[in-house]
Amino acid sequence: MNPAPLVALVGNPNAGKSALFNALTGARQKVGNYPGVTVERKSGRMTLADGRPVELVDLPGAYSLDPGSPDEAVTRDVVMGSQSHERLPSALIVVLDAGNLDNHLRFAFQLIALGLPVIVALNMIDMAERDGLKLDPEVLSRALGVPVVSTVAVRKRGLDELKAALSTVLGDGVIKVRPSADVPEDIVLLQRRARQLSMAATISETPVRRITHLIDTVVLHPVGGLLLLIALFFVIFQAVFAWSEAPIGWIEALFAQMQGGVTALLPEGFFRSLLVDGIIAGVGSVVVFLPQILILFFFILLLEASGYMARAAFLMDRLMASVGLNGRAFIPLLSSFACAIPGIMATRTIDDPKQRLTTILIAPLMTCSARLPVYSVIIGAFIPARDLGYGVGLQGLVWFALYLAGILGAMIVAFVFRHTIAKGANSGFLMEMPRYQMPHIKDVAIGLWQRAWVFLRRAGTIIMMVTVVLWLLLSFPKAPEGQSQVEYSIAGRIASGLEVIVRPIGFNHEMALAVIPAMAAREVAVSALATVYSIEATGDDAETEKSLGERLQGRWSLPTALAFLMWFVFAPQCLSTIAVIRRETNGWKWPIFALAYLFGLAYVAAGATFWGATALGL
Amino acid sequence: MRLDELPLRQSAEILTVDWDVLPPAEARRLREFGFAEGVIIQVRHRSGLFKRGPLACQVGRMLVALRRTHAAAISVSAS
Repeated sequence: MNPAPLVALVGNPNAGKSALFNALTGARQKVGNYPGVTVERKSGRMTLADGRPVELVDLPGAYSLDPGSPDEAVTRDVVMGSQSHERLPSALIVVLDAGNLDNHLRFAFQLIALGLPVIVALNMIDMAERDGLKLDPEVLSRALGVPVVSTVAVRKRGLDELKAALSTVLGDGVIKVRPSADVPEDIVLLQRRARQLSMAATISETPVRRITHLIDTVVLHPVGGLLLLIALFFVIFQAVFAWSEAPIGWIEALFAQMQGGVTALLPEGFFRSLLVDGIIAGVGSVVVFLPQILILFFFILLLEASGYMARAAFLMDRLMASVGLNGRAFIPLLSSFACAIPGIMATRTIDDPKQRLTTILIAPLMTCSARLPVYSVIIGAFIPARDLGYGVGLQGLVWFALYLAGILGAMIVAFVFRHTIAKGANSGFLMEMPRYQMPHIKDVAIGLWQRAWVFLRRAGTIIMMVTVVLWLLLSFPKAPEGQSQVEYSIAGRIASGLEVIVRPIGFNHEMALAVIPAMAAREVAVSALATVYSIEATGDDAETEKSLGERLQGRWSLPTALAFLMWFVFAPQCLSTIAVIRRETNGWKWPIFALAYLFGLAYVAAGATFWGATALGL
Repeated sequence: MRLDELPLRQSAEILTVDWDVLPPAEARRLREFGFAEGVIIQVRHRSGLFKRGPLACQVGRMLVALRRTHAAAISVSAS
């Protein structure tokens, strides 16, 4: 049997393509990558009225067939039939924003000129009407020579008509034409044609986008807009930490239960230890971040769908420009406060390759949530809970300083990189600011589900592998009776070697040992320290941390503790992040560079802190 | 007058765009956003306090953000 015919959704960014894709395919989507490039391939199945299955692929948004980014190159190659590992589509659904025809029609002209069967979806027709625009699809259809269907993806309006039209143009599904290479390329000429047709198809219109303009007077205000941005992200961060507390507890309980179940089920030995202490504990320590990541992404998706994110980028562009980046880098860096992994993946929206590389390299400097358990233990143990007045506490101030150290470090590093290894013309900041609209809950839900899945899949593969290796290093060779297993293990011996290197920055043997398993995930440092100082984990985290803190107070000096904090601000103690950098940069060069420069920075910063604090007599 | 000097919310016609001073990729993107000679344009918003952040311009039915350095390559005549 022939495979289901391939139909591609193409159109400008902000044409509502993804919403239409979600409406047509529901949750039956596959998200992958085009081979060799970091461009997402989203496909799904839908069934036509006559029962025929169709594979629908959602191509990256593009403004023309002349690509300006890897994403746009994929779009062009697919519709031209020259993308490897992708069939030539049997038909195209060209998605147009009904409220922005003068611009979107230009790309439609080019796509229609390819000669493939085409249907035009006149999308978001309700929004156009809200903006006082009345259009005549008949006029468009006649001028373009293809069927035009009015759709409102989020309300599922026009979907049946779209499928019926698709049924007709697909015919028997056999591709009879090759895409024509003779596509008009003069943008200005095409633009003029687009404007004329748009005018002809417009029955009546009132001044543009009143609601969007009204909101923008507040949101883009030079002062008010910035205050709003800060307030918004303050609330989001509060929510990320406050709302995630309960679900994190559930996940921890679930993994503890699994450990208990396996312990009861299997006899003591190698296999049980591998499962309980290696795999379940290791994967569990990463999966606990899922709630925070999901909450953060819930807000990010909401802000993106509403049209606010482009405004945030606009407001932040000035600041980003001062270190050689542009406003688009703001969103990936923001995500990195929850976890650098989704942050690094979000850099794909940055067109300029040098700026994208710089953003990837500084993303690990943002204080991700995995550092919080470490900060919380050390600050709790060494910084007195003194009130400095005005509601400011000393502990809170140190927290803030650690966040700030990461941000300032990132800015300085970005500045240096943009003038050395990632040198390049400071390309501008050109961005379309979409219209505001109500986010559709189903689109947000699908986006969240896809991110959760990517994260969990990684936890189940790379992270699991790393934790197994670390467990092996910590478990072998077996210590003889009376000797500490941790000290006797390969990791313990590595720590002895490492100690020589980290002694000058105030670290002791136990700390050297703790940073090794913390390579899997930073927060493992806490449990590793707990193990090393042989404290009975009571299963209650707060209790464990408290008693650990008391132990640390007796054994570490204040300069040592501060140096340890600074180490965690900069050190790349997260192999998953390095793995993601490898994937996103297509090679080992940059992940190895990131490891080297981050460790170097951590070493210098921790050392400076240790010696500075010692000199001050702290 | 250059686009970066145009007062807020005043409509103007694009007279010339100095395409050659713009990096080719960005010149193309500007064309794709509908920037061309003869088009009516308006500066809707300015970011930053000291006239150094980007501008948000209305071109056709689109709102487009661009930096002042790019706007300086576009000359307009206020109508």
